[in-house]
Order: sequence, then structure tokens, then C-alpha cells
Amino acid sequence: MADEKKPNGSNGGGANSTNGKNGKVGVLEKVTTGVKEDIQALKTDIPTKAKEQIEGLKDPTKTQVYTSIFRHKHDDTPRNRALGVLSNVFLHLHPAKINRDAVRYSYTWGMGGITFYLFIILTYTGVLLMFYYHPTKVQAFRDVLYLEHDVPFGKILRNMHRWAAHLMVIAVWLHMFRVFLTGSYKKPREFNWNIGVLLLVFTLLLSFTGYLLPDDQLGFWAVTVGTNMARATPLLGHEGPFGSMLGMTPYNDVRFGLLGGSIVDANALLRSYIWHCIGIPIVASVLMIVHFWRVRKDGGISGPAPVMLEAEADKPRRGPKAAGE
Amino acid sequence: MDWRQLWEICSAPDNVPIVGLIPLLAFYIYLAVKQARANDQLIEQLEADPAMAKTHHRKTWPFKPGWQKEVHVWPFLLRIEFLAAIIITIILMVWSITLNAPLEEPANPNLTMNPAKAPWYFLGLQEMLVYFDPWIAGVVMPTLIIIGLMVIPYIDTNPLGSGYYTWKQRKFSISTFLFGFIILWVAMIIIGTFIRGPGWQWFWPGQTWDHNRLIYEVNRDLPDIFGITSNLGKAIFGAIVVGGYYLVGGGAVYSLFRRRMGKDFSRMSLLQFSIMQFLLLTMVALPLKMGLRLLWHIKYVWITPWFNI
Repeated sequence: MADEKKPNGSNGGGANSTNGKNGKVGVLEKVTTGVKEDIQALKTDIPTKAKEQIEGLKDPTKTQVYTSIFRHKHDDTPRNRALGVLSNVFLHLHPAKINRDAVRYSYTWGMGGITFYLFIILTYTGVLLMFYYHPTKVQAFRDVLYLEHDVPFGKILRNMHRWAAHLMVIAVWLHMFRVFLTGSYKKPREFNWNIGVLLLVFTLLLSFTGYLLPDDQLGFWAVTVGTNMARATPLLGHEGPFGSMLGMTPYNDVRFGLLGGSIVDANALLRSYIWHCIGIPIVASVLMIVHFWRVRKDGGISGPAPVMLEAEADKPRRGPKAAGE
Repeated sequence: MDWRQLWEICSAPDNVPIVGLIPLLAFYIYLAVKQARANDQLIEQLEADPAMAKTHHRKTWPFKPGWQKEVHVWPFLLRIEFLAAIIITIILMVWSITLNAPLEEPANPNLTMNPAKAPWYFLGLQEMLVYFDPWIAGVVMPTLIIIGLMVIPYIDTNPLGSGYYTWKQRKFSISTFLFGFIILWVAMIIIGTFIRGPGWQWFWPGQTWDHNRLIYEVNRDLPDIFGITSNLGKAIFGAIVVGGYYLVGGGAVYSLFRRRMGKDFSRMSLLQFSIMQFLLLTMVALPLKMGLRLLWHIKYVWITPWFNI
């Protein structure tokens, strides 16, 4: 820096001597002083500014990037605890506060949440599995073999998808069992219980449609046994009561519609793939949204509620009637 | 005792969930019973002492006046959810590392699996195929199960027991649900998984699966026992028996409700009551029909040219 400065200075002196003769000389002087100032600033202002900013980075919560992502402070105050839940898109499903007993595991069993978590795991592993799978008769079984033996972590991926699916069926049953035993389907939660029943059916159907996809003997015969029932559907199956009277044959009845053919073959594989990966997950997701929404709208988790006595059974608990009493 | 056979059934990868389901179910039933008993005791106490009922916080867990009634979701609920997610992840990891998902030979329509079993959660329905024609076991029953579950909130008019475990306040609804869930659903799945072998025959746990075993059973139809031979006679006889079952059974349910559950009965509309009657009787008909088959080898009760029941 010091070396560069010297030639600048001598040039400046030369410019001074020819001052007034030429406009260029004035410009030169201005440039010289300007550059001098800049250098002075480089030496003093920039380091202090940089120092300031590095100092500022020590508290990243004050940066613009951070405050644009997280919209509130995180000091341990009741307000921030509430905001932490309410201003987060993933957590705002919850209320800010709940009944102190509602967090008791012995009451809730946590099975609804576990079911949802398993659904997320299944979506995640399922999407990864889709990268390696072709729903065609030629490739399906080979893809599973390839997945098991050549794809890195392919085996654990498939195992986890299958076991999570079984676990989800169990979790759904236990969830329903708990909801029944605590009478949580009673007013005002009747409708949400119905959504839950539909979700139970879709869980079983999701698992069932996935059963065929490896295209092995196990899946093939399980699905054959399962869909043979559809043959016997009253009115709509060709072996069911009144089916043949309505003109049902193996080629136009409800089973044909399910399988896309009269036997479990390529079309059935494609259909169960599409139901499994697209159709049912979309419907189930929509129902899940409604289910969670209604849990909140129907007054949150049902209990543990204060016990009610026989004598109070037919008295209204709230509303004008109760107030009038 | 063929331990190897037993081990083969229990350790078949797709049967592991059922092996796991049994202790899980036992644990959660224990958890529910424990809380129901505590609540029932509290209810008894409060009903005996109206002064206490006015001041008590009405839960079995401790509560003191100064305590806050509500807690923050963050962290008190979220930490539980987070913990549950971690535990489930660990369980799945260990399970996936130690046990491989089943993969049999490529699908072959010319080589029938024996026994050909549906996925384990449908084995209850498959077990019903022994006793009922496919249109009942495979179509009507699942439909009625779904409808029956969906109408529960609309026919259970008992306002008690909402939001807490109890037995004394909901004896009828809880025993009905337990009957449907434990006996008609889970127990049938267990039979379908562990007992049924080749040819869907009954093999006790530890009995070797014999693929050549044949059982000669002469099944009769109920009209045959009464010497009815004409088709018209069989149809009319069956209609009378089935109709009679619903009539007599309906009367019995009515009588039971009037005497034992007068309050529930007075709260129910005729529509609610008759739907409940029908579903309950249909449910009870399953073990009855199974009994007819197992004890007297009776296949059909009602025979018509179009369907048999």
C-alpha cells in the first residue's frame, strides 16, 4: 500500500504545478484526494464495520435471515411457548395449551399420533421404493430382487415399509379401541368417529393393495383369495345372489372392475399400484386433514374428563337450559 | 408336539405382527381396566356423598386448588410426541434389520399355495368362509361391520362415560364392543393364523401340518333334519327360521333393555333401537351359526334357488 501511494503523491505534485492551465489537472487532484480518502477509509471504517458485523453474527437470532424465518423470540416466556406452537405450520395443529391430564399416556395411548407418524414413514419409504419399481409383470418381481440384493439399503427400505404398514394397522385398531373405551365418539364427536372408521378402512385397503406389488406367490394368492369374494357380491358379482339374473359374467362384474380382468394379472398389478401409490393415499390424506381439524373443532382431545354421575345424565351441562336450572 | 411346526408358524415374518398384537392388546386392556376400576370407585364414592360430589375435581389423579388446570403444549405434549416418534423409529429400525420382509417364488397362477391365506388382518373374514357363503363372509359382513361401526355414535344414547374409562356406566356398550373386537375379529384372526393349515383344516398348535389329511364330514342342511325335501318347502322353512330368530331375538333384546337398561331404552328412538337390535342379533348370529356347524354339522339354514344362508 505504501509503495503504491508514493507514485500517486508525485503525480499529484506534478499536477499542482500545472494548475489553472488545464482542467484535467483539477480532476487529477480531486481523484488523488478521493483515493487518499478511500485508502484512509479502508484502513479505519471497513475494519470497524466488519468487526461490528462479526460481533453481530455472534447472536444469529438478530440477523434478518433468522427473523424472517422465525417470527418470534424464544425467551422462555408463556407468550413465546404459545407462539412456538401457533406460528409453526407443522405444530399449529395443536392448541397452545391443553388440559394438564390430557398429556397422560395412560389415557391417550398415543396411537392416533403414532398412526400418523407411521403414515409419514410409509410415504417416505414408499416414494424411495417407487424409484426402483416398475408395475409390470416382466419387471415387478425382478425389481424386488434387485432392490433386495443390489440397491444400497434396499433391503432395509423394503423391510421398513412392510413392518411400518403392519404396525400402522395395529396402531389404528388400538386407537379405535381406546376411543371406544373412553366413549370419545359421543356428542359432539360422532362425525369424527365416522371419518375415523373410513380411515380404518382405507388403512386396510392401502395395506391390501400393497400386498400384490412384489408379484410373488404370497401376494398373488392373498389377492386372489381376497378378490374372489367380489365374485359373490350380491347383484354385482357373477356368482353372487341375483348376479347372473342381472347379466353378470366374469367379464363385466365388480371383480372385473377391481382387477381390470377376469384373473389377477398385469392389469391388476397396475391397478393396485395406482390405488396404492396415488388413489388411496390422496383420499386418506384428505380424510386425515378433516379428522385432525375436527379433533380441534370438536373441543380437542376428549379427556380425561371429570366423571359424570348417574343423576346428572339427563341434565344439560351447558347452554341456557343448564343456566336456567 | 411338533415344536418346529409351531416355530415355523410363529416366526413366519407376516405372522410376527399378530404375535406382537396379543401382548400389546393384553397390556392396553390391563391399562384400561385399571383406570376404569379407579374411576368406578370414584363414581361410587361421589354418588354416595353428594357434598363431596360438589367440590371434588372428579378425576382420579391428584389436583390441588392452586395448580394450573392447563399446561403448555410446548413442551409438555410435544416432548411426548417427539419421544414416541423416536421410539417408533428405533423399533422399526431394529425390526427391519433383524427380520426380512417375506418374498416367495414369483407369482404362478398354476401353482396354488396351500393354505392360501389372505393378509393377516383379513383372516377373520376368511375364517368366516368356513361357516358362511362368500357373499356373506366376504361382502355382507365387511359392509355390516363398517356400517355398524359408523352408526355406533348415533345409537349409543348413553351420555355417561364420555372422556373417561368406566365399566359400570357402560356395561352393555363395552361388552358388545369387546365381543365384536376381541372374539369376532381378533380371535378369528388368531385361529386363521395359528390354527388353520393345509386345506383350511384345523391343526392344534404344535400339530404337524399334514398335506394329505382328509376329513370326511357329512354336512346336512337344517331342512333335511326336519324331512323337508321340496325346494319351496326349504325356502319357506328357512325364511321362518331366520325370521323367527330375529323376531324372538328382538323380543329378548327388548325384554332385556326394558328390565335392565330402562334409562337407555327410554333415551332411544324406535329407529335407534331397531337398528341396534338388528346389528346386535346379526353379530350374535355368527357364533350361533358356527355352533350349529361344529356341533351338528349343519351347513345351511335357509336354502333358496338364489342364495343360501
